[in-house]
Amino acid sequence: MRLFNKFNTLVLTVFSVLSINALYAGHDEVDGYVENDFNIGEMIMHHIKDAHEIHLWGDAHNGTSIYLPIILVDGGLKTFSSSHLYHGELKTTLDHTTHEEIHYVAGVGPAEGYAIFHEKIYKLENGELQFENNHPHNAKPLDFSMTKNVIVLLLTSLIICLFAIGTARYYKKNGAVAPKGVAKFIEPLVVFVRDDVAKQNIGEHKYKKYVPYLLTIFFFILIGNLLGLLPLLGANLTGNITITCFLAACTLLATVLSGNKNYWHHIFATPGVPVPLLIIMIPIEVVGILTKPFALMIRLFANITAGHVIILAFIGIIFINKSAAWGALSVPMALFISILEILVAFLQAYLFAMLSALFIGAAVEEHHH
Amino acid sequence: MDLITPDLGLLFWTGLVFIALLFILTKFAWKPILNMVNTREQKITEALELAEKTKAEMQLLAAQNEELVKEARRERDAMIKDAKATADKMVEDSKNKAKEEAEKVLESARVSINAEKAAAVAELKAQMAAFSIEIAEKVVRENLSSDEKQKALAEKLAGEINLN
Repeated sequence: MRLFNKFNTLVLTVFSVLSINALYAGHDEVDGYVENDFNIGEMIMHHIKDAHEIHLWGDAHNGTSIYLPIILVDGGLKTFSSSHLYHGELKTTLDHTTHEEIHYVAGVGPAEGYAIFHEKIYKLENGELQFENNHPHNAKPLDFSMTKNVIVLLLTSLIICLFAIGTARYYKKNGAVAPKGVAKFIEPLVVFVRDDVAKQNIGEHKYKKYVPYLLTIFFFILIGNLLGLLPLLGANLTGNITITCFLAACTLLATVLSGNKNYWHHIFATPGVPVPLLIIMIPIEVVGILTKPFALMIRLFANITAGHVIILAFIGIIFINKSAAWGALSVPMALFISILEILVAFLQAYLFAMLSALFIGAAVEEHHH
Repeated sequence: MDLITPDLGLLFWTGLVFIALLFILTKFAWKPILNMVNTREQKITEALELAEKTKAEMQLLAAQNEELVKEARRERDAMIKDAKATADKMVEDSKNKAKEEAEKVLESARVSINAEKAAAVAELKAQMAAFSIEIAEKVVRENLSSDEKQKALAEKLAGEINLN
């Protein structure tokens, strides 16, 4: 066990060093130019946003990256590797409003006619990007690429499937016995979600239907959060607004679709409210339906992103000061936040599932007056 | 702004993957797991109930046993008491009988002793009388064996007679 711990520590250390390396090197790879000043804001934004590659280590052009497939819908389906976009033709253009020089890389080969700027793919106009206020003005093709987040999404799903189906197979093989191995880890969480999340918030009689959804959402967020803490991969799945938006939309859909007569009655004819007041109350209640999942979306996104930003900022201290000695301060602090983030990973998964159950519970609640 | 703008491509993949995940997990993981957990919980509840029932039965049995033991003890005590009473009575009876017998023997002994005693006394008396007469005869004979003696006696007797 102790040996295993030591091995773990070693692996973590190696990963951390690699990811710090990648972090410093990767901040300006899009431009293709190595700037002299370390821009921490740009570095952090680059790391918490989605990308079309998984950058492992090394400098932008000499570095090691996993180039992900680009899938564009632009008058037909176009697929090619993102390396054609990242390692294309270096171009320089003038911004139309600020008249500053801007460097970007235009795609070559199968990526001809496209350019990537700050991880967004644009169509070239007359072979160029048109900049206004440092933003390209060009048209964007529909981008269905397998981005870093899609890869992490698939990885997350795969891990959950392995754990959950492994547990199911254990029971299928051994019958209803005490859990062992992977089942020992998964079962308490499953029972926790069933009893403390679903049963408690939805109610004894109606909770069963929602348990699979709550379990899926709980494990999806939990594993997504934990993968986000892994160095090297540099994932920020659950800190991505698209993901949290989708999950919140699912909860909204579940709430609205399972709302019973009592629920809608409370919204459109709140008992005990005089009729003229309903003119004000109905819009408030309708907005209330939307604000609840909206808060879910923002809560998860902000918590996870903030955690990543703090860790990156602490590590960034070393590079701002250009001295490894600052590591003595920043590494313990980043480590502390990382450990805190493990707690947050569980907490946010629990909160999202619990609040989803609470909203569904309110929608299926029976009349009690 | 990029950070808080949902991305269509990612939304598409997320929807696809999440819905697939939801269906796969529900069918192949959550339902079997929850079923098994429920079955096991039921089994445990049943086992606990059975244990509780068995315990109650055991208690009842123990109580019955205790009652039986008590009963047996009571019976034994009664038997012992009876036996003791009988024995006591027998001892008492035999004692009384023996006493009576002894008294009878004593009485008859006493009667015969008295009779013997009376006979002996009578015989003693008779013999004493005979001895007395013999002794008196011998004394008289001795005293009257010679003249001097006859004279001395006569004198003595005469001396004793006071001529008042």
